[in-house]
Amino acid sequence: MKGTVLRILRFSGPFTGYLILAVVSALIGVSLSLIVPILIGKAVDCAAARGGVDFRGLLLYVLVLSVCVLASTVLQWLQGLFINRLAFGTVRRLREALTAKLGTVPVSYIDGSARGDLMARIIPDIETVSDGLLQGFAQLFTGAVTILGTLVFMLSINVKITAVVVVMTPLSLLLASQLARRCHSAFEKQAALRGELGALTEELVGSQKLVREFAYEERSIGRFCEINARLGEAGRKATFLSSLSNPSTRFVNGLIYAAVGTFGALGTIGVLPWVGAMSVGQLASFLSYSNQYTKPFNEISGVMAELQNAVSCASRVFEVLDAPDEPDDSRCAAASECRGALSIEDVSFSYLPEKPLIRHFSMQVQPGQRIAIVGPTGCGKSTVINLLLRFYDVQEGRILLDGTDTREMTRDSLRSCFGMVLQETWIFTGTVAENIAYGCPDATREEIVRAAKSAHAHSFIGRLPQGYDTVISDASGLSQGQKQLLCIARIMLTDPPMLILDEATSSIDLRTEQRIQRDFEKLMQGRTSFIIAHRLSTIRTADRILVMKSGQIVEQGDHASLMAQGGFYASLYKSQFAG
Amino acid sequence: MQKLLRFLAPYKRELFLGPFFKLLEAIFELIVPVVMARIIDGGIARGDAAYVGRLSGLIVLLGACGLCFALTCQYLAAKCAFGYGTDLREALYRHIHTLSPAELDRLGSARLVSLLTNDVTASQSGVNMFIRLASRAPFLVVGAIVMSLIIDWQLSLIFLAVAPVIGWLLWFVMHRTIPMYGENQKRLDRIAARTEEDLDGVRVIRAFSRQKQETQDFADACADLEAAQLRVGRISAVLNPLTFMILNLGIVAVLWFGGIHVDTGRLSQGDLTAFTNYMTQILLAMVALANLIVILTRAQASSLRVAEVFEVTSSMQDGTAQPDPHSEEAVCFSHVSFSYPGAGDAALTDISFTLHRGGTLGIIGGTGSGKSTLAALITRAYDAGEGTVRVFGQDVRGLTLSALHRCIGTVPQKAVLMSGTVAENLRWADPDAPEEALHWAADIAQASEFIDSLPFGMQTRLVQGGRNLSGGQKQRLTIARALVGHPAMLVLDDSMSALDYATDAALRTALRAQCSGMTQVIISQRATSLMHADLILVLEDGRCVGQGTHDTLLRECAVYREIYESQMHQ
Repeated sequence: MKGTVLRILRFSGPFTGYLILAVVSALIGVSLSLIVPILIGKAVDCAAARGGVDFRGLLLYVLVLSVCVLASTVLQWLQGLFINRLAFGTVRRLREALTAKLGTVPVSYIDGSARGDLMARIIPDIETVSDGLLQGFAQLFTGAVTILGTLVFMLSINVKITAVVVVMTPLSLLLASQLARRCHSAFEKQAALRGELGALTEELVGSQKLVREFAYEERSIGRFCEINARLGEAGRKATFLSSLSNPSTRFVNGLIYAAVGTFGALGTIGVLPWVGAMSVGQLASFLSYSNQYTKPFNEISGVMAELQNAVSCASRVFEVLDAPDEPDDSRCAAASECRGALSIEDVSFSYLPEKPLIRHFSMQVQPGQRIAIVGPTGCGKSTVINLLLRFYDVQEGRILLDGTDTREMTRDSLRSCFGMVLQETWIFTGTVAENIAYGCPDATREEIVRAAKSAHAHSFIGRLPQGYDTVISDASGLSQGQKQLLCIARIMLTDPPMLILDEATSSIDLRTEQRIQRDFEKLMQGRTSFIIAHRLSTIRTADRILVMKSGQIVEQGDHASLMAQGGFYASLYKSQFAG
Repeated sequence: MQKLLRFLAPYKRELFLGPFFKLLEAIFELIVPVVMARIIDGGIARGDAAYVGRLSGLIVLLGACGLCFALTCQYLAAKCAFGYGTDLREALYRHIHTLSPAELDRLGSARLVSLLTNDVTASQSGVNMFIRLASRAPFLVVGAIVMSLIIDWQLSLIFLAVAPVIGWLLWFVMHRTIPMYGENQKRLDRIAARTEEDLDGVRVIRAFSRQKQETQDFADACADLEAAQLRVGRISAVLNPLTFMILNLGIVAVLWFGGIHVDTGRLSQGDLTAFTNYMTQILLAMVALANLIVILTRAQASSLRVAEVFEVTSSMQDGTAQPDPHSEEAVCFSHVSFSYPGAGDAALTDISFTLHRGGTLGIIGGTGSGKSTLAALITRAYDAGEGTVRVFGQDVRGLTLSALHRCIGTVPQKAVLMSGTVAENLRWADPDAPEEALHWAADIAQASEFIDSLPFGMQTRLVQGGRNLSGGQKQRLTIARALVGHPAMLVLDDSMSALDYATDAALRTALRAQCSGMTQVIISQRATSLMHADLILVLEDGRCVGQGTHDTLLRECAVYREIYESQMHQ
């Protein structure tokens, strides 16, 4: 808990100036507002009786009062602005750090975490931190200053009764901290359920069409209601617990108020001589200040609940920030001029330790060779890509690019050697041109159009409402095939030294595919390329075909020799035309 | 907004009793100073220690009662707010389930998710704070004004002047900030959508080494959000200090004019003190009110967004007839045309064909030729713009949607699976399907072998979206999922693209052998996958350029011939 708060404060570092300014303006602003009752009292004293009003004195106090009020107003306003800067700035940095983190965690972290839960941490959790900070800082400062200010005024009236008040203060604080601890765990439970509900909502609302087509509505609603009910219950409990602190501390304050009255009265009567006598006026102002003194404790305990909630959300955010990064590669050399010679030496890899996938895999690739990988679904073809591009690192053995272990070069420079088109297309929200130019943002419009033409995407782009400037997203109604064409255009534009085509044309109709094939041929000329395809026709011209089965290479050779061999490849090839 | 009020109806009791108990607490709180005055006036003046003790006891008792009332109020507030929020969230979720794809496309799932999570919560907090704060502050304001009128009506004119100014201030701030809060929420939604996109595209982003650029874009979006939050903050930061100023300047006026009244003898010094006290009381109450209004403003902005979605109703009327899977005519399109809402060109133009029960329809055509759209009209994801679509012998618009969907097993183009076990995923169409039915479907879909190789077989948990499976594995599971309910019709929307040819062929053989009576609609890029279909439609740019069997089309349809030959000649 303390650690989390300190970490939040570290994110506030650049805003220390605003923090100080906020503290200073709170200090002066609140002090001025504390003088206001005294000035009012003095002014009232000037208007003592009929015909005896001291108008000169009254005017003086009224003017001083006005100045105090105006100054306090300005300072309170400034305090608000400073705190906004502090809170919104801190939260912005937190969110930046979190999104930056998503760029540095290993791919396996993103593959392995529930999307909705991750999203909940980035959006609503951070919002809660923001709310907590905003409310927390503002009230904490003014509260602290009010307590100190009233303490000074009370001490100036009667030290002993002040002591009584101060002695009773821990009662209020103790109660507040007890409640706060309970709130903390209740809020954590609530946050966890909120994450669970978020994940479910994300998944089922995101797949609403599927829900419809499977008449899954009732069950979808049933699952939602079950978690929703638990969330409602947990939320009610957490909120009720947190709302206890305010009335409870108010009650304790009432006790303090009564104690001040009793001790003051008894002291004045003389039953408790050690207290000392006070005038009625003094007792009255003491009571008024003791009231003001205890008020911030109410607020602070309320703020504590808010902060508690913010802290439990912050700790969920920090959990993500604490996830291990991909190993630092800044000291590695960048891959130099890439020739495209690859050597995979005795590599073993599995996603789950209990389920070995690739075992002792070795392969030599000469620069400019065209390697096709075929095999039944799930045999580990896509895993090879994960390893080549180091989305995952090999567990045994090594992969050498132009004679250098790929783990000894920076990931970025390694990846920039490859152009990759995956079966699972990725289109982000942006214009068509931006999507195509993703790999080289500086490309001119002519270059983009040329790439689109090579990918045979130009004609359908032309039919879009704003052509290349049409804003598209994954959900904007492009077909899977059209998305694939755009992803191919991306590669056509970047012109990488090596190519990976993982089912790059699986959703494109054959006629278009045939036309793209010619451009692919041109692109692959002199480049090391890896092609994964089910349509064996598209890979017949490969220099070498690796036939994989259950993570192992079972056959390799060119098309003719594999067909002659009459093995697994030949049976796969024949089945394609069996209909 | 009014629409949301009905969700408060079941909690009327809490909604009224909560503020009532809060009021009781406020009244008790107001009695305390009166008792204290007695201690000072009576106890000290008479030197009566016992009297002081008794009254002190009374103050403690009043405090204890106040505590009980307050706790009751907080309990009722939490009960009402969370009851309301939970009901609202559920109703919204249900409502989303009534919308047709046309509305869902328009609203976007990111927005709906954010409504269900953030906005409902904000609306719920609004209710909670309303119950806790709304009675106390106005009570103190009204009480103070009434008291001041009784003491000196001329001086109370100052109150009557100050109150509207504060009212205007509150209105002004609300008026300006509500739309801005809405805008900021939209900014936040965009960041959320972008984040989600980036999580999906993590491999592409890293392959292009664009992490830094993405991080920079996010930083820009976050900075933009921060700037916008600061803009709203600047306006709302004015509220509290200005109310403080206006009321204290009111006190200044009370002191000056009160001084004159004291001089003429209209007012006593004690009354003047009382007047300033009431003014302070109003100040405190007004500040509480202002804070409440800020919270309510936010809650209202969120509530409006929620209410907006309730306003959106499905553009599709559910039918009442039950589909008859034994009808001789499985699917019949007559002169069907369709365009997507907001799109210029028609996605389908004048399509007519008839498919008999148990037959197989193949749809082939280029990318974007309208194949998936045609399938979407069969399952009534959208309604045809012109012409009629008949399924199982009846106009689809007349059929009960859920019954229609139960008769059709759909395999979408994009293989989407849910978090949960493999078995749970397969039971989507039929929750009570026995284990054997799952194995039967998995066998046909050629998925049994890899399911068995999973660590816990059918009970293996898939992470969200099935991201721990390969594309081909996911596709086979989605095919098995569609088969589990033994649907009368199976629609495969290019759902075998990630399968290798051998698996594809084995799957089709198994389908023919095991599901002989099942009507099949198969969309494919591969001519070989369709050549045995009873009817093949060749689509190009939304028009049907040829229909018939493989042999007829080879003879008569140039487009089909080109597709077929391009494949066979390799």
